[in-house]
Amino acid sequence: MSGRLPRWLGVVVAGVYLFLHLPLLVLIAFSFNESRFSAAWTGFTLEWYRRLLEREDILLGLRNSLIVGLTTTALATLGGTLLALALARHRFRGRRVAESLLYVPLVTPEIVVGISLLSLFAAVRISLGLGTIIVAHVAFCLSFVTVVVRARLADMDSALEEAALTLGADELSVFRRVTLPQLAPGIAAGALLAFILSFDDYVITSLVAGSGSSTLPVVVYGMVRRTIEPTVNAISTIVLVVTAVLIYLADRLSRGYAR
Amino acid sequence: MTPARRRGRLRRIVNGALRRPGPLLVPAGGWLLLFFALPLAIMAAYSVMPRGTYGGVDPGFTLEHYARFFDPLYLSMLQRTTVTALVCTAICLLLGYPVAYAIARAGPRKNLLLLLVVLPFWSSFLVRTFAMIFLLRDSGFINGLLLRLGLIDAPLTLLYTPFAVMVGLVYTFLPFMILPVYASLERLDPSLLEAGAVLGARPAARFRRIVLPLSMPGVVAGCLLVFVPALGSFIPSDLLGGAKHMLIGNLVQNQFTAARNWPFGSAASFVVMLAVLLGVLLYLRQRDRMPGGTV
Repeated sequence: MSGRLPRWLGVVVAGVYLFLHLPLLVLIAFSFNESRFSAAWTGFTLEWYRRLLEREDILLGLRNSLIVGLTTTALATLGGTLLALALARHRFRGRRVAESLLYVPLVTPEIVVGISLLSLFAAVRISLGLGTIIVAHVAFCLSFVTVVVRARLADMDSALEEAALTLGADELSVFRRVTLPQLAPGIAAGALLAFILSFDDYVITSLVAGSGSSTLPVVVYGMVRRTIEPTVNAISTIVLVVTAVLIYLADRLSRGYAR
Repeated sequence: MTPARRRGRLRRIVNGALRRPGPLLVPAGGWLLLFFALPLAIMAAYSVMPRGTYGGVDPGFTLEHYARFFDPLYLSMLQRTTVTALVCTAICLLLGYPVAYAIARAGPRKNLLLLLVVLPFWSSFLVRTFAMIFLLRDSGFINGLLLRLGLIDAPLTLLYTPFAVMVGLVYTFLPFMILPVYASLERLDPSLLEAGAVLGARPAARFRRIVLPLSMPGVVAGCLLVFVPALGSFIPSDLLGGAKHMLIGNLVQNQFTAARNWPFGSAASFVVMLAVLLGVLLYLRQRDRMPGGTV
């Protein structure tokens, strides 16, 4: 389909794009604004970024977020990739059911995931901390990684793997030399997705984090609830830029393969 | 055993693991059973147990927590949540459909327009909600602009209202509508429209009788993808709505933190979960009916 749109439709579309982007652009612009309270532009400054470095709670939150994010990414990527391989390359009883159940974690509201895990941890008396956050994050990231890797596997031609097996390569060699090189972009995209989901999560983390194990979103959430200060704009801008770069990479990786 | 033989044994074990589905399934499957399915089961069990004296639960069986939903206070909250999610879905459809339509017809600029929809969709949920606070608060960007233009004398109360919650929800979920509708419009065969034009249908009729019916799978998918998460949403109503505009997601959180009534929170959570699963079943049925359609 192509051709000219009616003028009124153009206006609606432009309005929606403005609605989607203006809030974030204003947020970013005001992270460089001199005035602490004013909604008016008073001058350019990097003061709020400098102040971030003095905030121990933010730095600790960032450290916790990175520990949780990287550990989660490693575990969820490994488990998710193996699960995707089982679903895509093997026939077994209950496979279709397993594939459908895989979508349940994707749509379960975060608040439900959070409180159910909290109930589990309370029932078996596990004290809350970074460990419980990682357990929770891996649980909700696994499905995402599996779905992404599974989609790549579906696009790949399994005839190459079968040919290698027929020609006498063992399973490990086939995986390393045939499957993995083709699958790598999908695995990388899944890993980046897992990191972004983990790094961004507030609802589940806030429920299963103990004292001293607050991640960056939990710290920022607390700041947003108390007062609006330009340091929040500054940390938000950094988070936005980092996620945008990661998304761009994930997109490039998954498309680079598809073409 | 020599290192070489040990490597050989290791290799055989790995080969054996790759040959069968079992060893590949166990790590992720086990994790999901232990830390996703089991917690849900515990939550379901909590929801029918008496409330413990010091938080937590006592052994026993009761349906009193589900009965509490018939209390007018909670009935109105369930109703408010449902209405909010429905209105949000309707607004997303009204705003999202034209955008999806425009992208599908955009020609070479299609990828850029699509990227501009996906970009805010992937940015941090919390940051997006904060951006809304920054715009809507009394000393925020919108009030500042209106005051300086002389359109108003005193700041409008925009934040901590149902209006702010709705704006936040629509802002969050709009891409969930645009993407599936776009996907179904993209697949639409242009020759059908040409045929319609040749046969004398005017643009409005071509839209109503060709485009709209063929995009229905995308519309249904989009509506469910907005309605279901809106039903269980937590952050927009918590940060933009204030205490008076609680949705069921906030009720669940509140029962597990401040109120310390875990069984009632579990019951509320279970109700949300059932609504979500119902939505997913509808979605899967719809998707299976539409050929090659995954979103």
